[in-house]
Amino acid sequence: MYLRDAEGFNFLADVAASDYLGWGRPGVAGYIGDELGRDLNAPGSQGLAKLPNPKPKRFAMNYHLLAIPRGARVRVQVWLDEDEYVQSVVDVWPTADWHEREAWDLMGIRITGHPNLTRILMEDDWEGHPLRKDYPIGGEPVRFSGEE
Amino acid sequence: MAIASEKPQIYEGTRIPSPVPTILQVPEELHGSEDLLQVNFGPNHPSTHGVLRLIVDLHGEEVAGLQAVVGYLHTGFEKNMEQKTWWKAITYPERIDYLSFQNNELVFVLAIEELLGLEVPEKATWMRMCLAELNRIHSHLVWLATAALELGAISMFWYCFRERDSILDLFEMVCGTRMHTRYFQAGGLAEDIPRGFFPEARKFVDWMPKAVDDYEALVDQNQIWLERTKGIGLLSADDAIALGQSGPVLRGSGVDWDLRKAEPYLAYDQVDFRVPVYENGDVWDRYKVHMDEMRESTRIIAQCVDRLEGMEGQPWIADDRKVVLPPREELHTSMESLIHHFKIVTEGYRVPEGEVYVAVESARGELGCYVVSDGGPKPWRVKFRAPSFVALEATATCMSDALVADLIAIVGSLDTVMGEVDR
Repeated sequence: MYLRDAEGFNFLADVAASDYLGWGRPGVAGYIGDELGRDLNAPGSQGLAKLPNPKPKRFAMNYHLLAIPRGARVRVQVWLDEDEYVQSVVDVWPTADWHEREAWDLMGIRITGHPNLTRILMEDDWEGHPLRKDYPIGGEPVRFSGEE
Repeated sequence: MAIASEKPQIYEGTRIPSPVPTILQVPEELHGSEDLLQVNFGPNHPSTHGVLRLIVDLHGEEVAGLQAVVGYLHTGFEKNMEQKTWWKAITYPERIDYLSFQNNELVFVLAIEELLGLEVPEKATWMRMCLAELNRIHSHLVWLATAALELGAISMFWYCFRERDSILDLFEMVCGTRMHTRYFQAGGLAEDIPRGFFPEARKFVDWMPKAVDDYEALVDQNQIWLERTKGIGLLSADDAIALGQSGPVLRGSGVDWDLRKAEPYLAYDQVDFRVPVYENGDVWDRYKVHMDEMRESTRIIAQCVDRLEGMEGQPWIADDRKVVLPPREELHTSMESLIHHFKIVTEGYRVPEGEVYVAVESARGELGCYVVSDGGPKPWRVKFRAPSFVALEATATCMSDALVADLIAIVGSLDTVMGEVDR
């Protein structure tokens, strides 16, 4: 990855983390659902024409690089499982600072060597990583006034 | 790595703080100093363009340390979009950046089209370009209005909002809504261009350059404006690239990089326009880039209107019944159309498996959209590369040697929209 610096990919456009938990499983589109969450749009991917190609591991980190005077683009994809770590690229592209914090905050990607890996969009004491597929949507229990 | 080596650098070396590139650390010699005052700027402050919090360490009037805290406007757009069918999800990107909504809509629609391999009719392409440029002016006007307001030029606000309103009138005429238009569909446009749009657009194109001249007349000679913008918030070309800056911030630092020229999408290779580049990397140059871009955008709109007028009667959306809603009148006569309509509305169209990163030049810079599809009717993952988010990373670098009064000018000049930062 560090070799890219020599190739002229001086501009890190984006770091996108994605979660492939439940990828290609029937009845799954985006959300897996558990007792907590209400799966509002149940139809999901039922009736997929074909199952999507399997992915090697659960998470992917996608680094979108751009070489500025030349105009070439490349996507570097790193696959990792829940207990695996990825090396930080902040010392190569300083702009990765917030991107990596976002990947940790929202997707729970474990990053080593980051100088300031804290939550960025969610509150500091938030539990869980909202963009993971097993994170419930609309799972906030509704409390009614008469209820104890 | 040096990109502008033949040009004189704005400053020697790099000013990106270390080890954390986005936090300006209080210098060693000031530790324990009694003059050090920590101030919370925001999150609720009229000049934060939303809810941005800056933790500022002040030493007298100088900014000694700075840290930006974002996330107060996080609404989980990306998570929400995973729950919606593709065509329902189009409404979301507009609300991410509420000033540059049509560019956001455009990038998502382009990503869907790339996955689908859908051909878009010429008319739709030109109309998209026309609206995207109108939207760019709209966004720049709001930027200029608020940035000037923050520096005390209140009359600028009224003038800019006058022109902004005529742009919104144009949007209303075409799309029925003034903001968050949702006019772009996968495959083309939602409706045909209404009659009466072209004369109104021409009136606007004739008027707009004069309005930009007016704005410049208001502030260009203004001593206060000059002193508060010139030489303030320096950012060198190398630092701007290292920090991933794009759009007016990058071009204000002397890097000639505009995706409309470098990687032409839509039909930007067929229109004649210039990319304004300024070399000093200060607030003033960013302001000048915005002004020139408004003029250039006006020229693009004029060319689009010329072309579009000759396309009367041409289709505005692709003829692909698996993706595009059938024409309304067919629903009464054709069973097949009714079925297609029902399937698309209830279940959504299916987008082939794949992943794609599409980038457009929004009003704020490189707006990217990374989309993963599993072949189903809903996006698996949507990630926006938000230029405002990246722009805020440069606050610490721009703020070295700054005074507390410059802070507002600098944050303003980076042109951030907090909705887009926090998504």
